[in-house]
Parts: sequence; structure tokens; C-alpha cells
Amino acid sequence: MKTLTVSVVTPDGPVLEDAFEMVSCKAESGELGVLPGHIPMVAPLTISAVRLKKEGSSERIAVNGGFLEVRPEKVTILAQSAEKPSEIDVERARKAKERAERRLQTKQEDVDFKRAEMALRRAINRLDVFENNF
Amino acid sequence: MASLRDIKGRIDSTKKTKQITKAMEMVSAAKLNRAEENARAFVPYSEKIQEVVASIATGGGDADHPMLKSREVKRTGYLVITSDRGLAGAYNSSILRNVYQTIQKRHNSADEYTVITVGKIGRDFFRKRNMPVDKEIVAIADQPDFADIKDIAAETVQLFTDEVIDELYLYYNHYVSAISQEVTEKKLLPLTELNQGVKATTSSYEYEPDQEVILENLLPQYAESLIYGALLDGKASEHAARMTAMKSATDNADDLIGDLSLKYNRARQAAITQEITEIVGGAAALE
Repeated sequence: MKTLTVSVVTPDGPVLEDAFEMVSCKAESGELGVLPGHIPMVAPLTISAVRLKKEGSSERIAVNGGFLEVRPEKVTILAQSAEKPSEIDVERARKAKERAERRLQTKQEDVDFKRAEMALRRAINRLDVFENNF
Repeated sequence: MASLRDIKGRIDSTKKTKQITKAMEMVSAAKLNRAEENARAFVPYSEKIQEVVASIATGGGDADHPMLKSREVKRTGYLVITSDRGLAGAYNSSILRNVYQTIQKRHNSADEYTVITVGKIGRDFFRKRNMPVDKEIVAIADQPDFADIKDIAAETVQLFTDEVIDELYLYYNHYVSAISQEVTEKKLLPLTELNQGVKATTSSYEYEPDQEVILENLLPQYAESLIYGALLDGKASEHAARMTAMKSATDNADDLIGDLSLKYNRARQAAITQEITEIVGGAAALE
């Protein structure tokens, strides 16, 4: 089966580079599946899990603030952070989730709701990727 | 002439200082290695994002975004990267002098510019001179993560988007080698020099959903990544500068100890000679 090279890079270094058969991810405009031979494309990703499929098995990566760049034979994901399930700090994600939830519940004016919401989404995404992989 | 005890005391204290500078030199050397690695790890990301941004901004033709356009400059932002601690040779002073002179030359009043500082030394410098420091961040780790700098980078870019500032300059020490770092000024915003050094667009992209949304998302990220890159570069320079400074301090201590030992031995010998002369003199008087 044809494959395409997927590389995931973050400012803290490359996370992954390997050949996969299919990439599916959640872009801002909706779910997106990329197979080898796709036309060149750029799309922003939401805070979500990117699924990479190879020989019947699939791998998930928690991505935050990312971009998808597609070339016919290569897919590059640029993200502010990207983690494989084994790299996720579950304890930290749980704490971040609790903290964000508490912030969102307070009715104070000075709480930055947008930031708290983003933090919550990142934490939930990490936990989700972690839990669904094991 | 200083007494034997005085000289002995100075030798001892210089030796202790030397131990400290030697240790700091080795610590900085280790940190420099890691900082170089971090800077290397960042290269793939920065190259890729630059490639994508450049191909969108130049390839699309109708690419239009406030961050790409120059506008009339009412207020200029200066983002200055310094360290938290001193003892790094000319690392901080050369960059601060450079920024200070530039500001004095370009602006007449404090309303025309604002400074954003990274690091304690820079913050204190501008505060002391009553210059407007809009944002600051101190206590950056020696091996910073993108997450550490993200907030201030995002806020700085936001200043431009909100038209609080109309252009943004970045000042940092560029790491050339372990013994050479140079102060670099970089115009960060607006992004008018995108296609410099990037080869012509190799492919035109489909945009999902459309070009404007992509630019909206991508450009701030790009600017933030440039700030992060400068920080990594600056950190490597900081460790290198500190290493060199501590190395020359250690060498100086060695020289000083040598000089003092010589003096000490001379003084000791003079004292012995004097004693002998006195004894001989005393014995001669008895005969």
C-alpha cells in the first residue's frame, strides 16, 4: 500500500517522522482525512488528536495550535506542542483541567475566560489521547 | 610594603575566587552545549513555518493581512532579550547600550516607543532610566520551553494587532561561536521581508477553509516562533559569554596568584635575610 511521510515538528524539536498510510485530523473547518497523492494544501488544526494509520494499527498524537501542510508525498504538522501518548504527563494534565474548570466556574470579571477555556481544551485533549491509547 | 600575613590572605582569597569562577565556567560550558542543542532542535520548525508563510504570502497574490502591511509609525516597540544574572562579560551591556543609543537617536519623547524586556537586567536598566517598559518577563529557565515564552510572545504580537505599536524590533545577541556573539537588530513586525532567503514558491496550495483564515492563524504563530528563536539564540550567547568571562576571570586569578606568590616569597626572603643580619650583628657586638 502506498504511504506518505508524516513529520510532526514543534519549536522544542521534531516529535515524529515516519511513513503512514493515512492521516486524519480535525481542522478548523471539520474532519479531514489525507491519503497519499493529496493535492498540496494548508489547513489550521484545532486542539485535537491527530490519527496516523499504518498497517491496520493507528497512532494518536495530541496536538495544540497546529497546522497541517500537505504535499503529494509528504505531510508536515507544525504545532506549538505535540505529544505521543507515552509522552503525556497525565498528572499535570489532570491538574490543569481542574484548575481551568475552577477558573471557568468563578464569576469574577478578571478571569481570562478565553485562556482558561483553551487550557481546559488542551488538558481534555491530552487526557483523551492518553486514555484511548491504552 | 605589605606584611607577609596580608599577602598570604590575598593569595588565599584569590584562590577561593578562582575556584568559584572555574566552577561557573564549567557549568556555563555544560549549559552552552544544551542551549546549542535546543537551538538546533528548533531549526526544522522555524524553517518549515517560514517556508509555508512565505509561500502563502507571496504565492497567493491577494494575500492581505494587517501583519504584512507597513502602516504609519506612531509608536515603536522594542523587544530586548537580556539575562537575569550578570557575570556574563559584555553580554548585557553591549545590547543595552545599543538599544539605548538607537532609542535616543530615533525618538524625541517617551510616547513614541515602548520597551518589552526579557530578563531582569534589561528591566532594571530601562526602569532606572524612566523609560516605558510595557511588558516584562524574568526568570526564564536556562533551557526554555516554548511554553515559557509563549505568553509574552503572544501578548507582544497582540500589541501590534491592537495597533498599540506600529512596528516591532527585536534585539538579541546572536550566537556566532563560543567566543563571539554579536548584537542583532531584527525588524519583526510588520512582516515585510518574508521572501528574503527563501527560494521561490515550489507549489501553490489549496487553502482550507481560505487564505485569510490561514494567515490569521499562521502569522501570529510565525512571529511568536521568531521571538522564541531569538530567545534560544540569546540563551546560547548568554552561556557562551558567561563561559568566556569566567574563563578570563580564572586566567586573571592565576596571574594574580603568581604575582602575589612571587611577592610573598620575596618578602619572606627579605625577612629571613634581615633576621640573619640581626643575629650576625648581635653576635659581632658580643665579641
